[in-house]
Amino acid sequence: MSEYTWPDPATRPLLGKRISRVDGPVKASGRAKYTYDYNPNGLLAGKILRCPHAHARIVSIDSSAAEKMAGVKAVKVLQTPGTEIFWAGDEVVAVAAVDESTAEDAIRAIKVQYEVLPHFVSDAEPPKNIGVNNGPISRDDFEDMEDNQVPDEQVIAAIKANGISFKPDDKYLKDAQASGVDPQVVEALRSAKYAEGKTSRSPYKKTAVQKQGDPDKAFTSAAAVSEGFYGASCITHCCLETHGMASEWPTDKDLVVHVSTQNLSGIAPQVSEPLGIPAGNIQVLQQYIGGGFGSKFSPDRWGIATAQLSKAAGGKPVKIMLERDAEQEVAGMRPSGFARVKIAADKDGKLVAWESRSWGTGGMGGGGTPPLPYIFEIPNQRKQHIAISTNQGSARAWRAPNHPQAAVITMTAIEDLAAKMNMDPVDLITRNLELTGPREKIYRDELPIAAELMEWKKKWHPRGDKSAGPIKRGLGLSLHTWGGRGHNSDCDLTIHPDGSVEIKMATQDLGTGCRTIITIVAADTLGIPLDNIKLLIGDSRYPVSGASGGSTTSGGVTSSTRRAAVDARDQLFAKVAPALKAQPKELEAVNATVRVKSDPSRSLRWKEACAKIGAMPMTIRGKNPDKSKPPDLTNSGVGGVQMADVSVDTETGIVRVNKMVAVQDCGLVVDVKTAESQVLGALIMGISYALYEEKILDPVSGRMLNPNMEFYRLAGIADIGEMKVHMMIGKGYDERGVIGLAEPPVISPGAAISNAIANAIGVRVPFLPLTPARVLEALENGGTHATV
Amino acid sequence: MRPFEYVSPTNKEQVATLLGEYGSILAGGTDLLALMKDDVVAPQRLVNIKHIDQLRGVTYQPGNGLRVGALTTIAEFAEDANVRRVYPVLADAAHEVASPQIRNLATIGGNMCQRPRCWYFRNGIGLMAKTPDGKSMVLEGDNRYAAILGNAGPAYFVSPSTLAPVLIALGAKIRLYSAKAAGSGVRELPLEEFFVIPKSEHELEHDLKPGEMVIEIVVPPPSQNLKAASYEVRQRAAFDWPLAQASAALEMDGSTVKSARVVLGHVAPIPWISPEAAQALVGKSISPETAMVAANAAVAQAKPLSHNKYKITLAKAAVKRAILGAAGQSTGGAA
Repeated sequence: MSEYTWPDPATRPLLGKRISRVDGPVKASGRAKYTYDYNPNGLLAGKILRCPHAHARIVSIDSSAAEKMAGVKAVKVLQTPGTEIFWAGDEVVAVAAVDESTAEDAIRAIKVQYEVLPHFVSDAEPPKNIGVNNGPISRDDFEDMEDNQVPDEQVIAAIKANGISFKPDDKYLKDAQASGVDPQVVEALRSAKYAEGKTSRSPYKKTAVQKQGDPDKAFTSAAAVSEGFYGASCITHCCLETHGMASEWPTDKDLVVHVSTQNLSGIAPQVSEPLGIPAGNIQVLQQYIGGGFGSKFSPDRWGIATAQLSKAAGGKPVKIMLERDAEQEVAGMRPSGFARVKIAADKDGKLVAWESRSWGTGGMGGGGTPPLPYIFEIPNQRKQHIAISTNQGSARAWRAPNHPQAAVITMTAIEDLAAKMNMDPVDLITRNLELTGPREKIYRDELPIAAELMEWKKKWHPRGDKSAGPIKRGLGLSLHTWGGRGHNSDCDLTIHPDGSVEIKMATQDLGTGCRTIITIVAADTLGIPLDNIKLLIGDSRYPVSGASGGSTTSGGVTSSTRRAAVDARDQLFAKVAPALKAQPKELEAVNATVRVKSDPSRSLRWKEACAKIGAMPMTIRGKNPDKSKPPDLTNSGVGGVQMADVSVDTETGIVRVNKMVAVQDCGLVVDVKTAESQVLGALIMGISYALYEEKILDPVSGRMLNPNMEFYRLAGIADIGEMKVHMMIGKGYDERGVIGLAEPPVISPGAAISNAIANAIGVRVPFLPLTPARVLEALENGGTHATV
Repeated sequence: MRPFEYVSPTNKEQVATLLGEYGSILAGGTDLLALMKDDVVAPQRLVNIKHIDQLRGVTYQPGNGLRVGALTTIAEFAEDANVRRVYPVLADAAHEVASPQIRNLATIGGNMCQRPRCWYFRNGIGLMAKTPDGKSMVLEGDNRYAAILGNAGPAYFVSPSTLAPVLIALGAKIRLYSAKAAGSGVRELPLEEFFVIPKSEHELEHDLKPGEMVIEIVVPPPSQNLKAASYEVRQRAAFDWPLAQASAALEMDGSTVKSARVVLGHVAPIPWISPEAAQALVGKSISPETAMVAANAAVAQAKPLSHNKYKITLAKAAVKRAILGAAGQSTGGAA
């Protein structure tokens, strides 16, 4: 039996070291080709006519003028007359033409009549008197839960408890499974009881009150009670490379698509059905992607349209990349999350009671439910959530779905309670770590490290910077957790007789370092240099690997690669052993040699060793999970602590981040450098949504007013301050196996920055983004009377 | 972008004829091309003036002041030795405009003529868009970035130029030219008179007559006792439009103010001169208190809309800090 366990630090030349990403040069030099860059000869430009109304019914479509236009090669109506449109920017007609301006002319020549219907785009606090909605789950409800990665057991429980108000057929269930829905959830849908849905048009869906312990008694007997209002507005994914796809038909049965996706292996099943061709006839390609953040798992209606337009245009390539405004308006958003919270502690600062009335919107579906209270299992609780259905492009999973909202609601309430008790929040949190369950030890390790890096003890002051002048400085912190177990992954590793090594996997590198860690694991296991390995990803013809969502890729691809590499190495040892007059198990692969462990002088150089394979290359399949090849190489459940140091100009409300500290665990760190980069990127993204990002919807037109990168602001280099990242490495962490890192570090920045601002100016700015207007309003009224 | 004709004259005399009724002047293009790509404007012809060398160059003569050709890029202007030496306040303000890439292309003339950033306008809904029942979209909708001064309507957008308030505070004039105009064809007017508050969707925010173009900005030589500064309140330190801006030029008599010009930017449909703030300073020596009195005077007439009350606070802070900055005193604010 081969030994698959991750090697210990003494015997790993590459794993866990600080290695530059293998695709750094090709990206930095601009040679990396993205879907956007796919411009073959004869490419037709695709464009979409979008509905300008936030809620309307299509009355008629006349595309005849466009069809007759010179240079127009295909017109495809995507939504037919009679269809109700639920958000501005939804797709109505697609065209393909010889160039962009002709396609735009064609779009302008299409006449669509709409019956404009009333829209609702507000996520302001719901009225107090709305009824509880615990009726059957609609298709929208279900898809929304999946989009927001509500834990499978919760989805199953909800389906069982409430029934469903739609009738999923076999095709629906099959598609759901292909797009990543857990088989047990699919089974729950299949066996769910059907019930008529509610016909009411109220935008509010209120859950039943969830209660545990005796909150009333706990609040009454508590030593301190703090009440507050917290939250975060809707934001978008704002991928720098917008969504898009290019399709072409080399024959009338075979389709090749280039797509900007997080789900390379999962695209063909989703494209085959609407086109009515076998998934096996579809090749999906993507080498590089400019951001996804959870919004790029599906081919989307525009992607399917490129294939339909291409077919109609005789198979010529057709590409649609969304314009920036469409990207912002329809291609993904993170639900808002707000709450009125009451929290209590005993005289020692032990949290005893929690009460929250939370709400938010994720578009028509309503949006996910933030897991409240976040991280801390407070013994006595009462909570209720209201999902608001609004006329805007639907929510998609946004890095750590629901967690940033939960952190920004919980960690702020805890900080306010600490301030009320005149306690340092680090002390209050430390006293409550036993409420964090399995993550307790991790937080206990991390908090002192973060405090040290931030110089917390030296710089922290009680709430309200008392120094003279308008600039106030403060510190804040937040904690977070995430799962991150590796997804299913198949890896083919080939050793050629000339010593070259090739790896094939239908995965994608979202810029996270996926290519780099696969290469590191293989090279480390085989004892050869990184550049001895040719890694081939980004083609659906390679072995299937999971979608990159929920921080599942690192654990998945490294586990399958490790198993493939160990098996390949051991098979090589078997071929080489006779020549070295040793048993295979006495050999090791080190420094590009295969040698006898007890007598390194008996060795063959890597190339010489590989020559023993024979004439034909040797290909080994590695899998994750693989119970036949233990141990489990991946794990779930990480912890992180972040601290922020900000300055606030109390005359202008402008906030500047001076410094961020992130201490993060992700089990065994495969590459310290790309891991740190991942955390740095998350901090920058976190500063952006803490201070700047907001999807602003016009109450009058229902349209997004800032579908651009001018008033949809992202942090620039001048806005990010100093950033310190500390990865937890060594005993207690390494042996846990590889865990994904994409979501966790982006959860805490909003809460940490909000807390730092409260510490600086002495009042809470209730919700993100923490704009000058909101900071000034909080300074004026003490932060208590704000409304969304 | 819709198709258009393109011409590239080499002298300014050709421009008026080439513009005709439906042409637009193309200089740096940083604003115009974005508007065309978004289909907010669709000129039939672009008249590229970048090859008219008469419109280039920055000169300074102690007696006559600074002359800045309309085609001078913001970057050239910010780096010009004379500008830096004689009017550091102008160089500083120019350095804060947009991003390095835009400063390398955008011109001084274009900076004066750029269109508002109002999101109803830029999203193609209209500069003075109305709801179906005839009300102002801006008043009914989200007006967080709209005007707090000069906002009697129907225009509620804010003037986007950050350089204009500084130039106006320094007493700059703008020179316009049209081969079709009488006499030399040159018209010179105080820069503040160039900016107008339009009353209808089809009017512009400036006083360019058909066929007319900006050829030069002239800034009078500073007196020895002039102290000037400008202050931007900007949400991001990176490329961002100011939420409020103020420029102050103080003519000092010893330690007291003899006369003053205070001009606000990004708070009204035009660069907003505040005689009230200037008057509050005359005869005073500058201190945080006198600066605050002037700041309060500057916004005394301000009228908040439903979402932009905070801009009054920002405008006040900008005026106070511009005045303190001009006097060489600590503004107390972030750098």
